Amino acid sequence: MSPTLVSALTVFVLAILVGFEVISKVPATLHTPLMSGANSIHGIVLVGAMIIAAGADNPLSQVLSLVAVAFATMNVVGGYVVTDRMLQMFRKKPTAPRPTEPGAEG
Amino acid sequence: MSDFTVLETLVRLLWLVGAAGFVIGLHMMNSPATARRGNQLSAGGMALAVLGTIALLAVYGWAGAAVQPVGWLIIAVGILVGGGLGLYTAREVKMTAMPQLVSLFNAVGGGAAALIAIDDYVRLAGQVSTGGAQLPLETTVATVLDVIIGCITFSGSLIASGKLQGLVASRPVVFPFSRAINVVLVLVWVAGAAYLFAGNVSVPVLALIILAGLVFGVTLVMPIGGADMPVVISLLNSFTGTAVAMAGFVIDNPILIIAGALVGASGAILTKLMADAMNRSIVNIMVGGFGTGDTAAGTAAAGTSAGNVREVSVDDAAIMLAYASSVIFVPGYGLAVAQAQHAARELGDLLEDRGVDVKYAIHPVAGRMPGHMNVLLAEANVPYPQLYEMEDINPLFDQADVALVLGANDVTNPAARSNPASPIYGMPILNVDHAKNIIVNKRSMRPGYAGIDNELYANPKTGMLFGDAKDALSQLVAAVKAL
Repeated sequence: MSPTLVSALTVFVLAILVGFEVISKVPATLHTPLMSGANSIHGIVLVGAMIIAAGADNPLSQVLSLVAVAFATMNVVGGYVVTDRMLQMFRKKPTAPRPTEPGAEG
Repeated sequence: MSDFTVLETLVRLLWLVGAAGFVIGLHMMNSPATARRGNQLSAGGMALAVLGTIALLAVYGWAGAAVQPVGWLIIAVGILVGGGLGLYTAREVKMTAMPQLVSLFNAVGGGAAALIAIDDYVRLAGQVSTGGAQLPLETTVATVLDVIIGCITFSGSLIASGKLQGLVASRPVVFPFSRAINVVLVLVWVAGAAYLFAGNVSVPVLALIILAGLVFGVTLVMPIGGADMPVVISLLNSFTGTAVAMAGFVIDNPILIIAGALVGASGAILTKLMADAMNRSIVNIMVGGFGTGDTAAGTAAAGTSAGNVREVSVDDAAIMLAYASSVIFVPGYGLAVAQAQHAARELGDLLEDRGVDVKYAIHPVAGRMPGHMNVLLAEANVPYPQLYEMEDINPLFDQADVALVLGANDVTNPAARSNPASPIYGMPILNVDHAKNIIVNKRSMRPGYAGIDNELYANPKTGMLFGDAKDALSQLVAAVKAL
């Protein structure tokens, strides 16, 4: 095995263990935001998509990488925004009564 | 190995900072108080990693050559289109429809991971045929794994999203020979992988593996229905993380490996937590959906429970609630569908003002995803100290004067404790039947998501308040105010 592969595998295994440790302590209350937040993190695939787009030198490659960049950006942007929308609603006490109710949509 | 240049070092360190942001951000999501900042930290890490990559490409280009204008065009257009779609859908989606949106984002993430490996393979295969490059075994292995996992998660998440949205039948759909089809698909992977690992370079064989992955995603999710869908989405989320890590191996990029592995592990833990909450093993869920085997046992009881239900009027219910000292709300998906979270909170506030102690009992799988109900209630401004998780609230039902069940069904079904023939036997439930009085709001006597009857409704302590949750709650609010 090449040194690069060995260090990549090391990082891979340690990151998995970190993932188990960090996640196992989250209360059920936050499971949905957590799933959505974790979902945004794998949007890091955008970095890879940009790298292949930079090297795309034929039409097939250009189409594939365009779709990859668009998909990945959708994952990143949408994921973080929807997670933030969920989390901004968690507060201890209603600060000010909102002008909501009958007929207000959620 | 020569040292990195200053900029390259800087970008690599930025990736490291981004990875640290992901880990610390996830850690901060442990507590509602810091969760939002945690997510913002994670987003900041993502922004750094992406901007650093753009800087690296701008200065060093790619594989020794400057990035062509068309390359920049692809990146710009892709980011604008994908970012616009993501931003629009994430802002506009109703909170009740959020699980299917998360599933959709998961699908595109998996699709992007698969595309990276496919593109890399096609390019390298072209160079190998002209003798310009070699395809090391480790790259082939990572490519095949990335493509298989990425394709499964892409088509599987789309189906899951369609099922939740109602575009695809949400019932378990079992088609003939599905087991046989799956066996054939696995054989295609094994044969294809063996052929490629043996040193052959073939794009058509990879295409066959891709096709098998896409079909497998469909055959994997179609037969799963009902209450198991949250577990499936979580599992597919974990798959996507793993696919992204494999993409990191393919293009030799550490941040993809770290972030992908982190999500792969977190998704796996979440999946197990959810499956535990439903007392189901992940293997059972994946092999066959709820209610495909023994629905007969559940429906057999239908006649009895439908016959003995007692209806309660809005005014009676209002009096019971207003003069109770302790009330527990049990919200379920029916509440969310009716957009009645705000009305529920209004009733809760009204009762609190009258000195009634109000608590909300949240089953781990209330709603369509674990924790979904917490989000919906938080959106309606219910203070989170009033939300109780199952283990904490169950002992309190014995002292509660009234349990008000709002569109929750399967998670309150005592059959899960008492009837070994029931498909949900063994699933932890909320002990609603221990309360002194029970009011159940429901649109009709239709069975719940798991498709089985609920003997709670036949309990002598139970009064049924039929009607849409929002209407019923508004009427209750008016009736309590009038007292």
